[in-house]
Amino acid sequence: MSRHGEPRDHVVSVGTYVGVFLALMVLTGITVWAAGRDFGAMNTAVALGIAVIKATLVVLFFMHVKYGSSLVKLCIVAAVVWLGILILVTMSDYASRGWLSPRQKTAPYQIEDR
Amino acid sequence: MASAAERHHHPALAHHFESLAVQTEASTLGMWTFLVQEVLFFGAFFLVYTLHRNLYYPVFEACSHHLDWKLGAVNTAVLICSSLTMALAVHAAAVGKRRQIVLWLLATVLLGSVFLGVKVVEYHEKWEAQLIPGLRWGSAQQVGHELHLQGADVEHAQLYFSLYFGLTGLHALHMIVGIPIILWIAFRAHRGEFGPEYGTPVELTGLYWHFVDIVWIFLFPLLYLIGHH
Repeated sequence: MSRHGEPRDHVVSVGTYVGVFLALMVLTGITVWAAGRDFGAMNTAVALGIAVIKATLVVLFFMHVKYGSSLVKLCIVAAVVWLGILILVTMSDYASRGWLSPRQKTAPYQIEDR
Repeated sequence: MASAAERHHHPALAHHFESLAVQTEASTLGMWTFLVQEVLFFGAFFLVYTLHRNLYYPVFEACSHHLDWKLGAVNTAVLICSSLTMALAVHAAAVGKRRQIVLWLLATVLLGSVFLGVKVVEYHEKWEAQLIPGLRWGSAQQVGHELHLQGADVEHAQLYFSLYFGLTGLHALHMIVGIPIILWIAFRAHRGEFGPEYGTPVELTGLYWHFVDIVWIFLFPLLYLIGHH
């Protein structure tokens, strides 16, 4: 035990690991099953939603973040936020092109021809 | 209260750390900082993927159908199993079962190798089908026939396969780097370096391996399961 009052690493039980493992396998099965169904516009959202749940399980239990320090949690939140900025802001740019001038629709390679 | 004793007795404790617990805390944060950097490294690749998938959705769907989703699903299962064995290696270190650390680490290496073996089979299939942009790309007629695409869409298919090889290749590279590291950690575990009082290298290697698993968890649906199968 440290003098700083840091708890010695929480030992995650084998049962927890096996439970998370089984959940991951079932979710993989659901991913494949869902790919065979047509949810229309929601297809990608369903696939990504399941992937996010799986990743969260891995991070919390396999990577011990549930029992880890706040600093590590902050680190992960920072990663997710910056990834969000990277993808959402860039995509909103591409999605909104053509709103002002119809000529700027379609592929990014064609926007220079004004 | 072991810090004074640790300073003198535990060989793994660096002199500038107060105690092993503090040292582990610092090492863990350092590893996570590296992994956050990796998230953004892969993130840029995922952004390029998202962009082109939106611009050429029908092409990406047709190309995705050319991949064997069964092999992708098998590899997903194999990688999740390897994450479990890695987690069990970390657990074995935490409870002091030293022989089990080595065995679970070797199981992880075995499963990682199975994953890479399946990847080789898949890449070979793309080589045969002449679907490797820049290296072995078939004629427009041939590729169009292979992917059920026509006209300009045939050339746009190169975007999908460039991203397929870029993303899966970068992922596979991470595994190729990870396997020797796990073997090295297994060797050190065999020498009896790790136990309940000190298992940080096993834990950090575990973090890296689980991260590689997470990347694949996203790659599988994004590359293999586009659209309605």
